[in-house]
Amino acid sequence: MDENQDSVPLMQRILDNPFILLFLGVSFPAVLYLIWGIMEIASIPLAN
Amino acid sequence: MTSLSPPKDRIWWNEPIERSELIWITIVFLWGLVMTFMMPFWHVVGNQNLSTETYRTTPERFMQKTQAFVDEYTVRNEGPRQYPVVKPPPGGDVYMVARLWDFWPIIELTKGETYRFHLSSLDWQHGFSLQPANINIQVLPKYEHVVSFTPNKSGEYSVICNEYCGIGHHLMIGKIIVVE
Amino acid sequence: MSQQFRICPDTGLKLYQPAETMIKVHAVAAVVCLLVGGIYGLLVGLTRWPAVHLLPADWFYLALTGHGLNVLIFWCIFFEIALLYFASSVLLGCRLAVPRFAWVGFALMVIGVLMNNYIVMSGEASVMMTSYAPMEAHPLFYLSLILFAVGALVGCFVFFGTLVIAKEEKTYEGSVPLVTFGAITAAIIAVFTIISGAIILIPTLLWSLGFLAEIDALMYRLIWWAFGHSSQQINVAAHITVWYAIASIVFGAKPMSEKVSRMAFFMYILFLQLASVHHLLVDPGVSSEFKMFNTSYAMYLAVMASMVHGLTVPGSIESAQRAKGFNSGLFEWLRRAPWGNPTFSGMFISLVGFGFLGGISGVTMGVEQINILVHNTLYVPGHFHATVVIGTTLAFMALTYWLVPVIFRRELIWKRLASWQPYLFGLGMAGVSVFLMGAGTLGVPRRHWDITFSTTGGIVHEFPAAANTLLALSGLSVLLAVLGGAIFCLIIVGSLLFGRKLGVDEKSSTFIIASPPSDADYEGIGKGGIAVPGTLVMAIVFFVAFAVYYFINWKYLAQTWGIS
Repeated sequence: MDENQDSVPLMQRILDNPFILLFLGVSFPAVLYLIWGIMEIASIPLAN
Repeated sequence: MTSLSPPKDRIWWNEPIERSELIWITIVFLWGLVMTFMMPFWHVVGNQNLSTETYRTTPERFMQKTQAFVDEYTVRNEGPRQYPVVKPPPGGDVYMVARLWDFWPIIELTKGETYRFHLSSLDWQHGFSLQPANINIQVLPKYEHVVSFTPNKSGEYSVICNEYCGIGHHLMIGKIIVVE
Repeated sequence: MSQQFRICPDTGLKLYQPAETMIKVHAVAAVVCLLVGGIYGLLVGLTRWPAVHLLPADWFYLALTGHGLNVLIFWCIFFEIALLYFASSVLLGCRLAVPRFAWVGFALMVIGVLMNNYIVMSGEASVMMTSYAPMEAHPLFYLSLILFAVGALVGCFVFFGTLVIAKEEKTYEGSVPLVTFGAITAAIIAVFTIISGAIILIPTLLWSLGFLAEIDALMYRLIWWAFGHSSQQINVAAHITVWYAIASIVFGAKPMSEKVSRMAFFMYILFLQLASVHHLLVDPGVSSEFKMFNTSYAMYLAVMASMVHGLTVPGSIESAQRAKGFNSGLFEWLRRAPWGNPTFSGMFISLVGFGFLGGISGVTMGVEQINILVHNTLYVPGHFHATVVIGTTLAFMALTYWLVPVIFRRELIWKRLASWQPYLFGLGMAGVSVFLMGAGTLGVPRRHWDITFSTTGGIVHEFPAAANTLLALSGLSVLLAVLGGAIFCLIIVGSLLFGRKLGVDEKSSTFIIASPPSDADYEGIGKGGIAVPGTLVMAIVFFVAFAVYYFINWKYLAQTWGIS
C-alpha cells in the first residue's frame, strides 16, 4: 500500500492524515479568531 | 461499502461527482457569496450598523462622567425612586450606567435626532435591551462603548437587562422617552 | 489478545472488549446527565410558563445553570467520547489505545460532573453555564469544568492513538470510513474547544481563589466562547457523523461522493469554530471586520458544508432506496422508509429540525447587524434547542436505540413505545424552539425569571400579549418534550436492566443492519440524469425558505432606530 502512496492525490493524502488535520483545525481558529481577537482587545484606547 | 467501511477504491479523490451534488454545491456557494456581500453592503447603505467605538475606563471614571451629564441636563425627577430624567441637546452625548440592578438615569430624546450613547457597567456584565425597538447590546464593565442612536418613533421605551446578572437580574430596568 | 475480540453476529463488526466497556460506561453516564439535565429543564420550562411560574427566582437561576451544563455539555460530550471509541476501535476493528488512559479520562469526567452538580445544587454557583466574569462562582465550579474538560481531552487522545494503532496494525485498507472521518472532525474541534477552555478557565479559577486580581470581561467572553460555542460545533460534527452512520445502518447507504462529504467535513475543521464570534456581535471593542469575517465562517464555507451534508445524507438514503427498487416518483423512497424504526425516524427528524429550524435561524441571527435584534433574547435558546436538542440529542437518542442490542447485548424493551418516542420528543422540542424564537422576536429576554417586572417597585415593561401566549405554548411543548425524553431514559435504562440478554452468537430479533445494494443495483436510478431528484427538490425548498427568512429579517432590521 505504501509503495503506491505517491499516486494518491495530494488533497486526499491531507484528508487521510488526522494529524495534519488536527494541526490545521487548531491553528486556523487560533489565528483567525483567538489571536486576532486578543490583538483587537489589547489595542483598545483609554477613555479621556 | 458504506459510510461504516473504508472507501472501496484506494483513490477516491478522482471519482466523478453526481449531478445533483454539483447543482446543490453551486447554489449554496453562490448563496454564501450573497450572504458574505450583504454585511459590508449594509455598512454602506443601511442605517443599522452598531459602532464598535470603545475605550477602556473604570467604574469610578465612568460614573463621574455620567454624574456630570446628569447634573447638567436633568429636567425633572420621575417615578417612585425619583430618578432624574435627563434631556441632552440633539446631537449630544448621553451617558447611561448599567449596574446591579438598574439602568441610570432616565433619558429623554427627540425623535429624528442623533445621540451619542456612552454605555458601560459599574460592576458585572449586563445587557442593554431597548424595547419595543428590540435593540440589544452587551454592556461590559471597564469598557465604554459609544453608540449613536436615531429614534424613529416617539413614545416610552424600556431598557431591560438581558444579560443574567445575579439574583436581582429580573429587577433591572431603565427607561428612555422619545418626544416629537 | 484475540480472545478480547468478538464478532458481532448481526453486523459482522469486530469488537474489542475494553472499547465496548468504554462505550458502555460513557453512554450510561451520558444518559444519566440527560436525565438530570432534563429534570432541570422541566423546572425551567414550568417557571417560564407565566400561568405556572413554578420556581422562586433563586431556584430558577440555579435550575437554569444546572440545565445548561448537564445537557449542553455533559450529556453531549459523554456521548461523543463513546462515539469516538465506536468510530475508531469498532469501525476499524482494532484495539483501543491504552484503555487505562481511557478509564482515567472517564474518571476525571465523572468527578467533574459530580463536583459541578454538587456546587451548583449548593446554590454557590448560580452563574449560568457561561459564568461571565466578573460575576464569581465558587472555585469548585471552575475546577469541576477543568476536570471534565481534561478528561474529555484524554478521551480525544485515546481516539487519536487508536487511529495510529489501526494504521500500524493495518486493520483496514486505504482511507478510514467516512463515519470515522466525521469523528476525527469532531475530535479536532474538541481539542480546540478544550484548549480554549483551559486558557480561560484556569486563570478564572486562580482569580476565584484570589491569586489573580481580575479577569477582563471582554477577554473572558472572547476566549470562553471559543470553548462554549466550539463545544456545540463538536455536537454538529458528531451528530452529522451519526446521520451518515444511521443512513448506512438502516439502508446500507453509501456516501454519494467520498470527496464531497469529506471536503464538507474539512470545511468544518478549518472554519466551523470561527462561529464563536456569534456571541460577540454586539460587544464593544472588537471591530466589524473581525465580526464579519468570523461570523461568516470565512465566507460561509462552513454553512456551505452543512448544506452539503444536508443534501448528501438524505441523498445517500434516496439512492440506496432507489437501488432497492423504490424508484418511482419523487418520494417513494421516503414514503417506504421504516418510519416505525426509532433509529431512522429519530435521525430524519433530527436532520429536518436541525436544518429548517436550527440552521436557518442560526445563520440569520449570526448576521452581524441582524444580531442586534436577537442578541440575548429568547430567540437564542429557541435556536439552539433546534440545533442541540432536535439536531444532536435526537440523533444520539436514535443511535442509542441501535447500540443497546449491538454493544450492550440486550433486547430493547417496549419497542412500540420506542417507535413513538422520536416523534413525541421531536414535536415537543420543535414547539419549544419555535415558540421561544417567537417570544424572542418580541424582545423577551433569555435567562429572565419575571418578564412582567412585577417586583421592580419602579419602572415596569409590558411585553405584547402575544409574548405570554407564546411562553404558555412553549411551556406545553416542554411537557411534551420532557415526556419524550423521559420515555427515552426509561426505555434505555429499562432495557439495560431488564431487556433480554443476547447470547454471544445470537442475532437480535429486531432489524439491525441493512445489506448494501450492489453496484449493479445503483445503475440507472433517479430521473432525467439526476440520481436523487427527491432530495434535490427538498433541498431547493429548504433554500427558498432560508432565503425568504433571511431577507425578511433584513427588512425587519431596517424598521428599527438608526444605529451607528
